[in-house]
Amino acid sequence: MIGMYYITLLTEIGIYSIAALGLNITMGYAGQVNLGQAAFVGIGAITSALLTLDLHLSFWIGFLAAGLMSLLIGVLLGAVSIRLKHDFLAITTIGFNFIVVGVFEYYSVFGGTTGLIGIPPPRILGHSVWGFNFMVLVYIILALAAAGTWWIEKSWLGRAFQAIREDEEAAQTMGIDPRKYKILAFAIGAALAGFSGSLLAHFKTSITYQNFGFDKSIEILTMSILGGMDSIPGAITGAAVVKLLPEVFRPFVEYRLVVYSIVIVLVLVFMPQGILGRNSPLLEWLRGGSSGERSNP
Amino acid sequence: MLLRVENLTTYYGKIMALDNVSIDISEGEVVAVIGRNGAGKTTLLRSIMGLVKPAKGRILFRGEDITGKPPWIRAKLRIGYVPEGRRLFPYLTVEENLLVGAYTLKDKEEIYRRLEAVYRLFPRLEERRSQLARTLSGGEAQMLAIGRGLMVNPRILLMDEPSMGLAPKIVDEVFDTISSLKEEEKVTILLVEQNARKALEVADRVYLLDTGRVVLHARADEARNDLRVRKIYLGG
Repeated sequence: MIGMYYITLLTEIGIYSIAALGLNITMGYAGQVNLGQAAFVGIGAITSALLTLDLHLSFWIGFLAAGLMSLLIGVLLGAVSIRLKHDFLAITTIGFNFIVVGVFEYYSVFGGTTGLIGIPPPRILGHSVWGFNFMVLVYIILALAAAGTWWIEKSWLGRAFQAIREDEEAAQTMGIDPRKYKILAFAIGAALAGFSGSLLAHFKTSITYQNFGFDKSIEILTMSILGGMDSIPGAITGAAVVKLLPEVFRPFVEYRLVVYSIVIVLVLVFMPQGILGRNSPLLEWLRGGSSGERSNP
Repeated sequence: MLLRVENLTTYYGKIMALDNVSIDISEGEVVAVIGRNGAGKTTLLRSIMGLVKPAKGRILFRGEDITGKPPWIRAKLRIGYVPEGRRLFPYLTVEENLLVGAYTLKDKEEIYRRLEAVYRLFPRLEERRSQLARTLSGGEAQMLAIGRGLMVNPRILLMDEPSMGLAPKIVDEVFDTISSLKEEEKVTILLVEQNARKALEVADRVYLLDTGRVVLHARADEARNDLRVRKIYLGG
């Protein structure tokens, strides 16, 4: 058996991979800037925690409700996004993150300054799921999320997302109603964040507003950009790298925001496709440089 | 009448881009709209596609008033559009670009039939099907833009400056394609072109636009002798 330290680390990597996958859908596929993904993680976490703590409902109901609640609020943010262009959308999503965190901090129902504690672990067949088993549960849900994302990528839905990202006006003339797909992209991305939030709440058993601040959004963004915003393995790889860095390099913890910012800038300048994104230098090299860019006569 | 534009007036801010423009096109025709840079040609096509809102006038497609409809609804009526500057999806592959063009088709078999038809027309695109659109040469990119517009088997194909920025040899290829679309596929085409000479070679009828107004409407063979058209020839 692997030690608790590694179980905790791997579990958190799995949980954040789900949130990063969600961000990939909103921002990577559909091209809609979202700098407040952690708020959706928080909405899911608090929803799931309150339903199990106060209403004594099962984790499974809390988990589904977490995804649904984040999805609904994602629809609202998506509806706002229709009217905003890139930089204004970026500022709006940052503001959204601060508002959500502010609400959590201010109202004691949502935990207030002390947070919510004693969140019960899930139960399967009368047994509490924690430790290694919880990690397995997280990776099963991650696999489902990855499969769903893969399906979206390959379907007309993913093509519509990408067409809007590449050229919204051209997409409109092909029959794509961008309003519909922008809302959908926010909703799906938010729902995945909500699921990851529920897992986080029941894994940590106590959460506070501080777990879902703007800095967490930047952390998730770093995972997504580093791995490649249009890559499923990229989201997971990005989450692993970002979660492992402070473990192997302790002083990092103090300067994490600085390091994230530097990583984002470096990746965007030198490798905008991320480690595993489509047409990334690494993938090209693995393929032996045979496909992708090719000059023409 | 397949498409009729009635008394269309359009502004860009305070500048009038189209001034009471009326044109029409019947099924099977190739109609060219020529004129200098800034004459309003592109604005006319963008209005027909719903990308520009007119201040006055109507657009009728198969008798239905589509003036207030957004672009995506017009696309569903099978109005194909080849935009100025091609406007491909650069980080999608050639085939994905074509599939986005078929977005309004829901029948898988039909989509693949159309894909095959486009590949038959442009074998180069099939060779490059899994390449990103951004890696295509200018000529190939234009072929892809045309192919993408043809995916829905359009009732009318709106083409905006398909020769723009291409080498003379490639321009000839593009116009050969337009001729074969007309002769073999019987596609109705509304063509906007600065290259008046080439446009008149393929068109049945022509409208000459000048500062937003229709100043000449004639059969293509007649228009060649018109002094105003000849000026455009020389002006490029």
